[in-house]
Amino acid sequence: MTTHTIKVKVNGVEYVREVEPRRLLSDFLRHDLGLTGTHVGCEHGLCGACTILFDGEPVRSCLMFAVQANGHEVTTVEALGTPEKMHPLQEAFHEKHALQCGYCTPGFLMTLKPFLETHPNPTDEEIREAIDGNLCRCTGYEHIIEAVKLAAEKMATRS
Amino acid sequence: MKPIPFEYFAPTSTEEALEHLANLGYNGKVLAGGQSLIPAMNFRMARPGALVDLNGIPELAYIKPTADGGLAIGTMTRDSKVEHSPEVAQRFPLLLEVMPNIAHPQIRNRGTFGGSIAHADPAGQLPAISIVLNANLKVLKKGGERWVKAEEFFLGPFMTVLEPEEMLAEVVLPGLPPHTGSSYQQVSRQKGGYSLAAVASVVTLDTAGKCTSARMVMISVGDVPILSEAATRILVGQKPTPEAIAEVAEIAASKEIDPGTDIHATAEYRRHLVRVLVRRSLSTAFERAAK
Repeated sequence: MTTHTIKVKVNGVEYVREVEPRRLLSDFLRHDLGLTGTHVGCEHGLCGACTILFDGEPVRSCLMFAVQANGHEVTTVEALGTPEKMHPLQEAFHEKHALQCGYCTPGFLMTLKPFLETHPNPTDEEIREAIDGNLCRCTGYEHIIEAVKLAAEKMATRS
Repeated sequence: MKPIPFEYFAPTSTEEALEHLANLGYNGKVLAGGQSLIPAMNFRMARPGALVDLNGIPELAYIKPTADGGLAIGTMTRDSKVEHSPEVAQRFPLLLEVMPNIAHPQIRNRGTFGGSIAHADPAGQLPAISIVLNANLKVLKKGGERWVKAEEFFLGPFMTVLEPEEMLAEVVLPGLPPHTGSSYQQVSRQKGGYSLAAVASVVTLDTAGKCTSARMVMISVGDVPILSEAATRILVGQKPTPEAIAEVAEIAASKEIDPGTDIHATAEYRRHLVRVLVRRSLSTAFERAAK
């Protein structure tokens, strides 16, 4: 099977790799680039765990082929913050207990980062709509919604 | 949960894409947003030998107002672009109601307007919406073009009149006359989930308050979206009354649909939903038309 050479910018770093067309973008990030922050849940677009930013917009990385990222820009949870300097969303998830096992968290964070940039003061309803494509089995969502509100406050006071 | 190996082509123009499709024949398949095709490939339910990816063709993504008050929508226009377009909101408020119900924000960022229609999922909203809005579909192949009415486009579940070498290029929604109202009503188990049943109506009144046009389509209750004949026959030429609407609901639910039973709902429950949703959809559409 022919492979394709792709050039893709991930978290600001340019990578050139050979990929089979059937390589999912999620697998490319995890296996080829070693960026295991992006989690793979259902692999058919239901759970949202693999959400990344593709040219700045949240998408499912399991519903794209790596070869389609050629010439594009990808942002994963690794670019969000560091243990020393967490993103306000990460701090808020920590403080409000918005995760238990943490499997779904990268997907929530990557969905919410652009959401809070366009909705600096979201209502509960808007938050629920924003995360309707992300499944969490631990929290029952209430703590996640609390965390989003806290993150919005943190971002407002810091900017 | 990985697709079988396939060949991949990334044309940068429509012409080049049609050339690939012509060469590939039954072996080829168009990749639009991929939000239905890629999961089907991950499950290995779909096993195309080659994909022709339209994502690198910017000329296929646009929303253009037309002179008759309608819109021409390029096949690769992302669902999220349609959802947030001021022209769409102004000219087709029905779409504004429908779009947020299509899967989830991340899916709508990638999924495309034309892809959803060409995919022809009987539970999908946009095939039905294309029918109820009387869309004209521009179909291209190498060296040829034809126009198909949305009503004649769908043959069965995931089956359309598209030949392997053809692709859906543009969806033209004709402008709606004044005093037109529309309404979309659906019941699903969760936001963004497949509808158990859904109904979309588009109705027009004359200045005397009589109905001059009534189009109503039902989703998830048959192999293809079902356009109601009863709605047109009973309502056109009359002032809409609750009794007439109830009669349409009764005929639609008992005679016009062919719902199935699955783990989500029984056929009987789906008939019940249609009976309720037809009434809600038509009365809301008429209220809006009268404003």
